[in-house]
Amino acid sequence: MFYLTPRKEISLFFTISIPIISILLTIIFGFFIFSILGYDPGKALYHFFISPLSRLDKIADLFVKACPLLIIGTGLVLCFRANIWNIGAEGQLIMGAVFSGGLALSFSETQSVWLLPAMAIFSFIGGALWALFPALLKIKLRTNEILVTLMLTYVASLFLDWLVRGPWRSPTSFGFPLTKYYPDVALISKIYFPGIGNISQLHWGVFIAILICLLCWFAMEKTVFGFQIKLIGDSPQALRFSGFNESKTTITLFIISGGLAGLAGMIEVSANIGQLQPNISFGYGFTAIIVAFLARLNPAAVIISGLLIALIEVGGDSAQIALAIPKVVTGVFKGILLFFLLAGETLTKYEIGFNYNQKSSLND
Amino acid sequence: MTTKPVLIESRGISKSFGSFLANDSINFDILEGEIHGLLGENGAGKSTFVKMVYGLLEPSNGTFYWNGKKIIIGSPQEARNFGIGMVFQHFTLFPTLTVIENIELALNDKFTTHELRDTIIKKSAEFGITVDPDIYIRDLSVGEQQRVEILRCLLQNPKLLIMDEPTSVLTPQESEQLFSVLKKLSKTGCSILFISHKLKEIKKITQRATILRGGCVVSTVETADVSTEQLAKMMVGSNPQNVKPKTARKSGDILVKISGLNKPADNPFATALYNISLNVKAGEIIGIAGIAGNGQSELMEVLSGEWRSTETFDVFDVFGTDIRNYSPHKRRQLGIGFLPEERHGHSAVTNMKLTENTLLTNHNSPLIQKNNVVKNENLEKLTNDIIDKYDIRTPFRNPQASSLSGGNLQKFVIGREIIKKPRVFFVAQPTWGVDIGATKFIRNSLIDLANDGCGIIVISQDLEELFELADNICVLFRGKLSESKPLQELTSEKIGMLMGGEELHSESQGH
Repeated sequence: MFYLTPRKEISLFFTISIPIISILLTIIFGFFIFSILGYDPGKALYHFFISPLSRLDKIADLFVKACPLLIIGTGLVLCFRANIWNIGAEGQLIMGAVFSGGLALSFSETQSVWLLPAMAIFSFIGGALWALFPALLKIKLRTNEILVTLMLTYVASLFLDWLVRGPWRSPTSFGFPLTKYYPDVALISKIYFPGIGNISQLHWGVFIAILICLLCWFAMEKTVFGFQIKLIGDSPQALRFSGFNESKTTITLFIISGGLAGLAGMIEVSANIGQLQPNISFGYGFTAIIVAFLARLNPAAVIISGLLIALIEVGGDSAQIALAIPKVVTGVFKGILLFFLLAGETLTKYEIGFNYNQKSSLND
Repeated sequence: MTTKPVLIESRGISKSFGSFLANDSINFDILEGEIHGLLGENGAGKSTFVKMVYGLLEPSNGTFYWNGKKIIIGSPQEARNFGIGMVFQHFTLFPTLTVIENIELALNDKFTTHELRDTIIKKSAEFGITVDPDIYIRDLSVGEQQRVEILRCLLQNPKLLIMDEPTSVLTPQESEQLFSVLKKLSKTGCSILFISHKLKEIKKITQRATILRGGCVVSTVETADVSTEQLAKMMVGSNPQNVKPKTARKSGDILVKISGLNKPADNPFATALYNISLNVKAGEIIGIAGIAGNGQSELMEVLSGEWRSTETFDVFDVFGTDIRNYSPHKRRQLGIGFLPEERHGHSAVTNMKLTENTLLTNHNSPLIQKNNVVKNENLEKLTNDIIDKYDIRTPFRNPQASSLSGGNLQKFVIGREIIKKPRVFFVAQPTWGVDIGATKFIRNSLIDLANDGCGIIVISQDLEELFELADNICVLFRGKLSESKPLQELTSEKIGMLMGGEELHSESQGH
């Protein structure tokens, strides 16, 4: 059998070379898979990796795609570091969109520049409330937050569905489940670069997202609060000994991660859609779980892992459109990439050892 | 004595975990009907070795010979088939089942319950182990539970019985009873491997002893021929440094006042505390003796503030301030230090760096943080001060706590608290699982602290420790605390009786 022992020192060479090797291996495997299935592997790989990075506007689109992933992912990192398994970010995102959408729709005639900040606050509250239920249930009744957060996702999703088909449906939508358009002041504007103008859809939300990641990184690494998060994850008993309140910390983390998911929902709608509809998220709340883990639960690294996942998503779409590769095949390819990245990550941290004559290494 | 035939022989047995060599070529033999001691400090490799004898671990190298024949012990099942039985330090009985049901569960052969009851009664009479077969395990004392464990092994007619630190959970009186059972057993021809780090026991009960140090056999000796000092020297490797004598301290003002402390058990395995009262004066060390599980960890939770109540707790004043509702860090700000017994994950977080472990009890100090942002330079300086002052050996700068040995980590967490010069200090099991050198160091530090006027409560199961440190001793038994008595009025027998739940009648029997 083989076993893993932690490396004493992680060399810089490995840290840099292993992700590169992982990607090379993915390309080799992808090459074979696309060939076997009868697609031109060169073209398929081009659409996956090169095309999304080939022009400035396409790179900008990556950032736009990554924006909700960054905001949600960094919130989840804080939770997961504390061993709190909030996997219902999708529902919190929807509730954030609903709360901010409700505000935007009830002030549809306003010209006030304060609407947008108010919507941001409302979306944070909406998402935080949706995360507060599982938090309180976990603390008071010791329910499992994985189940509760997941189930509340479906409640949120159906609630939005009911709103846009029922009370909030626009009278001019010809029966489609859509609300009225938000007023102009409720929309997030694109970033205007002097001399260049707008770059594709790049909006201010992306700037906010990166800022949030960096802020969370600072909180995590440099503050007593971050220390508290690590403590609660590693050893709740030491947390009590230290004098922190476990319940308070747990609730705070649910509120932050839920609130950030809600904010991501508001930004997604206000920057890209402009009205509420039954589907406002493409599973961002779930994808962000992968983003958080791929970032090794480091809030700053979420920026990179979020962009990487966005690249795979955009590349997959592009390959589907250009070469008519079925969605399941692009799914397999995404899986291979993740597999090699995570395996490489493990090998950076651990050495593999083999022992041939022993069967009972589990007892050691 | 050497005319007896050899039962089991270990030849060149080694065991490594990764790059760490826990046992290095262990050679010794156990004779038939012999009580053989295995002596060594914590971490000397005793447990690793017996786990291999009992088939729980596989040796990396070397061979066992059983009656002269080469054998491989692949599992505890195979060990039992050879005739090897083991009584673990932590019992493996089900509290909600009766004695007979517990024994039935462990037997390979099918007995009818009736036959089994007869066998149990016969066996227990034979060895003087009195135990009612129909009583529930939860109603038995620790000593009685251990006897059930032994009885369970005896029903399988073992040729070799391994006892892993059997007296660590017993009162002195219960230990005596155990020794007489073991002696009877050895007379019937059963060999016993008796594992301990207590020199007196080894000297008292074993015929021969093998001393382990750092995973190697130091020597196998006839215990009658050596003194306890010689044994200690072989176990530790050098002459152990002595604890400094206590200077006569004048007792100062009362710093801590506790009375009417009641704490309900918050889970089925916890012990409730009943009407505890206790005062601590400046410069005084109060020792709280007792066997594990009689309310020690619950009392520590009360002292540290991890459990707080104003309803069932009448008085907890320190320096005249009512601190019943003070959180742990508020208590620290008042000048109170405290340290629970468990290093791993309670008083220290092993997979965090030492600086972070320093932060654990200093996160409120203005020197360490401002507006919630940690001042890393000051934190590192404080950590290095602790490391220098308390002579903590670290493999490199600021390692994870897990890379420190048990003794060094304990020195670190104790140093972390006493470098702040607390005026009141509560500590549980300060030298639990710590090597002798560090033990002396820690005890000396506590004595220094008391000499400077600090009031100290030491909760410990180690009577020797309390005799070295304490001015007054009280005993915790099933959540009740006995009256505190000056050390001079106490003997280990008297404390032993209190630990077993008997009242001391002030003028009874004399000495």
